[in-house]
Amino acid sequence: MPQEFVGPSIDWFALSPLLVLLGGGLFLLVAGALTPRWPRGWYALASASTAGTAAVLSVFQWSIIDRDGPGTLVAGALAFDHFAQFMTILLCSAVVLVSLLCDDDVRGTDREGPEVFALLLMAALGGVVMASANDLIVMFLGLEILSLALYVLVASDRRRSESQEGGMKYFVLGGFASAFFLYGIALLYGGTGSTNISDIVAGFQAGVSTGREDALILAGVALLLVGLGFKIAAVPFHVWVPDVYQGAPTPITAFMASVGKASAFAALLRVLVVALPFHRDDWRPVIWVLALLSLTLAPMMAIVQTNVKRMLAYGSISHAGFMLVAFEAAGHRAGEADPGTGMQSVVVYLAVYSALTIGTMAVISLVSRAQGGDTRLTILAGLATRHPVLALSLTLLLIAQAGVPLTSGFVAKFGAIQAAVTEGSYVIAIVAMAAAVIAAFVYLRIMVTVWMSTAPGADRQMLAYVSLGAPADDADGDAADGDAAAGAAATSTSTATATSTEVDTTGAAIAPEAITLSTAVVIAATVTFTIVVGVAPGWFLDLAANVTNYAR
Amino acid sequence: MQTITTDNWLLTVGTFLPLVGVLVLIFIPKGEEQLIKTLGIVTAGATLAVGIFTMFRFDFGQAEKLQFFVDVTWIEVIRSNYTIGLDGISLPLYLLSMVITFLVMIYTWDNMPDAGNPKAFYILMLLLQVGMAGTFIAQDLILFFVFFELVLLPMYFMIGVWGGEDRRYASLKFFLYTMFGSALMLVAFLALFFQTGAESFGFAQLIEAGAGIDRNVQIWIFAGMFIGFAVKVPMFPFHTWLPDAHTQAPTQGSVILAAILLKLGTYGFVRIAIPMLPEGAKAWAPVIAILAVIGIIYGALCCLAQTDMKRLIAFSSVAHMGFVMLGIATLTEFGINAALFGMIAHGWITGMLFFVAGAVKHRYHTLEIKRLSGLLTQVPRLGWILGLCAMASLGLPGLAGFWGEFPVILSAYNPGFGLSEPLFRTLMVIAALGTVLAAAYLLWLYQRTAFGEPTEEFAGRTTHAVGAAVAPDHADDHHDAHHDEELRDVTVTEWIAWTPLLIAIVVFGVYPQLMFRVFDPAVTELVARLGESLNP
Repeated sequence: MPQEFVGPSIDWFALSPLLVLLGGGLFLLVAGALTPRWPRGWYALASASTAGTAAVLSVFQWSIIDRDGPGTLVAGALAFDHFAQFMTILLCSAVVLVSLLCDDDVRGTDREGPEVFALLLMAALGGVVMASANDLIVMFLGLEILSLALYVLVASDRRRSESQEGGMKYFVLGGFASAFFLYGIALLYGGTGSTNISDIVAGFQAGVSTGREDALILAGVALLLVGLGFKIAAVPFHVWVPDVYQGAPTPITAFMASVGKASAFAALLRVLVVALPFHRDDWRPVIWVLALLSLTLAPMMAIVQTNVKRMLAYGSISHAGFMLVAFEAAGHRAGEADPGTGMQSVVVYLAVYSALTIGTMAVISLVSRAQGGDTRLTILAGLATRHPVLALSLTLLLIAQAGVPLTSGFVAKFGAIQAAVTEGSYVIAIVAMAAAVIAAFVYLRIMVTVWMSTAPGADRQMLAYVSLGAPADDADGDAADGDAAAGAAATSTSTATATSTEVDTTGAAIAPEAITLSTAVVIAATVTFTIVVGVAPGWFLDLAANVTNYAR
Repeated sequence: MQTITTDNWLLTVGTFLPLVGVLVLIFIPKGEEQLIKTLGIVTAGATLAVGIFTMFRFDFGQAEKLQFFVDVTWIEVIRSNYTIGLDGISLPLYLLSMVITFLVMIYTWDNMPDAGNPKAFYILMLLLQVGMAGTFIAQDLILFFVFFELVLLPMYFMIGVWGGEDRRYASLKFFLYTMFGSALMLVAFLALFFQTGAESFGFAQLIEAGAGIDRNVQIWIFAGMFIGFAVKVPMFPFHTWLPDAHTQAPTQGSVILAAILLKLGTYGFVRIAIPMLPEGAKAWAPVIAILAVIGIIYGALCCLAQTDMKRLIAFSSVAHMGFVMLGIATLTEFGINAALFGMIAHGWITGMLFFVAGAVKHRYHTLEIKRLSGLLTQVPRLGWILGLCAMASLGLPGLAGFWGEFPVILSAYNPGFGLSEPLFRTLMVIAALGTVLAAAYLLWLYQRTAFGEPTEEFAGRTTHAVGAAVAPDHADDHHDAHHDEELRDVTVTEWIAWTPLLIAIVVFGVYPQLMFRVFDPAVTELVARLGESLNP
């Protein structure tokens, strides 16, 4: 008598965010291929509204979990808890913002079309699967969906060789990391007898652990850490980051820094904190070392860069270090009834950093497009003269990344340090704060360029302005005088005399960036988030405090 | 700590009123310079008026209690509250910040730095005022930290955009030093919080619970706070940002920096580090005292070597803040009272000196001491004001500076709580030598700049600008332009901005009790508390 196959019962509504993302992505691909070119902006609109719908559906799931508590879906393959929903909302919101950015970026180029947007949705789908995976194989599926989409997205600017190069590097190294990850799963399966996270935890609770299996588990954890370390871009698995971040089209860089990093951290949490709390004393020191290396090396490398995207890429590594500090704190309490504030701080940091990096990249993207795709730091020179509001927004986003109070960045950093100090990890907390200062220098350098220097080419007229009789110091050389006048020009007023009108016209010689509506929306949204969370973080921290009730 | 909650809206209004001005200013077009300046001054004036009203409502009979006390929930998750209050220690500093901002704004009416854009400049000064006032009223560690850091950015931009030639270097150095200090300070705050297991970051609770921490832990936590506050003060060897920042900052920036920002550090010691960690304070007191005295001597020697007037004044700040820190390190009522007086007096005097330096720079376009001479013949009133401030700064009895220095030296004779007497008495003698050096560098500065005849370069400029004698060394196009200007003595705007400070220097110099009366109850309470935990 052949046994009848019984399919798992499926709660379709609980899966709806995933299904919407999948449906939207496939629809864009198929319909985009079969129909003639849509009017401008419609692809982006489709992708943004798909992601927005998924986010809203996820909010409904959140309230269901509030009522019924966490559980699993599809025969234990996916977790259904606050953490998964939090990450879904985060990833989908990022897709909405990045879609708007991409729309501006591809408009009028040969990249215009549904592909980029379909890939954004697929990548987000992969990220959501990783964040809610309750089975290591499912997590691998998510990882691959995300990675494959990202490989293509990085290389999507077919005209620029840097983009191709970045895509290739990311593909080769990413494939390597995926292999590590897969092998880690295999060893973990050997050690625990299951790939399902609930089963793994149950196995530990039942007390199966012999010496041989222990070695398998430890090796498996090590390999998993290599694979995920690559994805979160922690030192020493970071070498691809600067090249890829620099090479990718700027909105895609923002996407990788937000969605890519958040998904990888979510997976790290599922594997280490949820599945392997019983080995926390084994993996926590590794996290400690990764955090220390990321915190110390990345800002130092960032200082010597001359390309603003490269600087932000190293900045992203140092932010990963901060998140690892909070993660390490969470490791002290993994599996306990009182989870501490570590994990809460990680997700807060992820959300805050995602908003900051998308906003920053939006500004960079805007400026760099006006300069023919150049992303050197010098393109920002004189931005304050050309677009004071844009410069102010960029400044806010940068000081938030530096962690200045009353911005969301401070709340995030504070959370991480607080978590570490609570658990007694003083060394790493102090290193993190010292590293934050070095990192602040990097952001200040960008701010200095924005506010205190003038666009190249305007210098000559500045000097003319000085020698025409603006008060200047004694014989300290014209270069210094030029500097002083640069400040004057950056802040020249409309009542100033004819000489300063001349300065204004030189400022106008550099084509001012055209600010488009969609980018403006993205910048406004991220800046608002930065300030609101910075001034009144209570509600957001409360929200994030929910995530530690994992489905097991 | 007892609290009084009457009129508790006053502090919130007084602190955040400048923000209203900022909001209004944002919507005024850049071109309306007169309107912008007027609005800025009106806002600062209104803030000062609230401050003065606060002073009248302040119950001086109970200056040891926190008055106008507010405690409402702010960020519940991290257990930080919006707790504010004012006692005898913070009231004078709170008012000082308002007075200085107001006067600096008046001064800016005629003396906008070269880079222009009064809109941004006034907005930054108003923001700065919020941060400074907020730091002095905060009674919650996180709130304190937020205000403490809030000060950083406006000052960074003030130096970086409106500063001198080396402004980028100076502003970065300022920012990074201070940020480095506060980074460690924040870790120390958190460590303190978790070690005490207190229910909130409120000062009162942490003071209550802090004494219970193990002595070694206290020493470590104190170390973190020490670095944070010492950078801000600045104490030797963390002082190197100060000369650069002062020299490069516009006059307004220098005045605010000297008068208020440096006090945030010393205030932090008196308000946070010492009362919360009595054992740590006792262990660190000798170190602080030694560094303070090194600062006094080192600062004075550096002054003697300077060729730039503004840089000289900047180094004199290092020396003066050394006296303040020495007073604090004695952990006695007498010493801390004197230190607090020294803080206020230094604010007036050094603020005034920077004003004068700015005025000299505005007239002569140089601050190089050897090129200046004969201020008294060319601009006699300015010369006399410089003289008064120099005398006050070197601690002449009868002027405010004296009461910040002399009692500190006296207090070091008898340090509190069993601190080593031989050490402190030795330090006392060295610090006293420091006053001699102070007299030397200030008198020398005065002699070289104010006495004698004007140098050839500027000789012809007193009243007429005709046929300016051009010194061959500095003959270039710029200077021809300047030499056509008429050299004016103190202007009306300057008189308005400076007179209150000059009056204060004299009045409090003659009758210091006016100020000591305000500090004393709070300081007595502070030292009594220290006594409870150090000699149980």
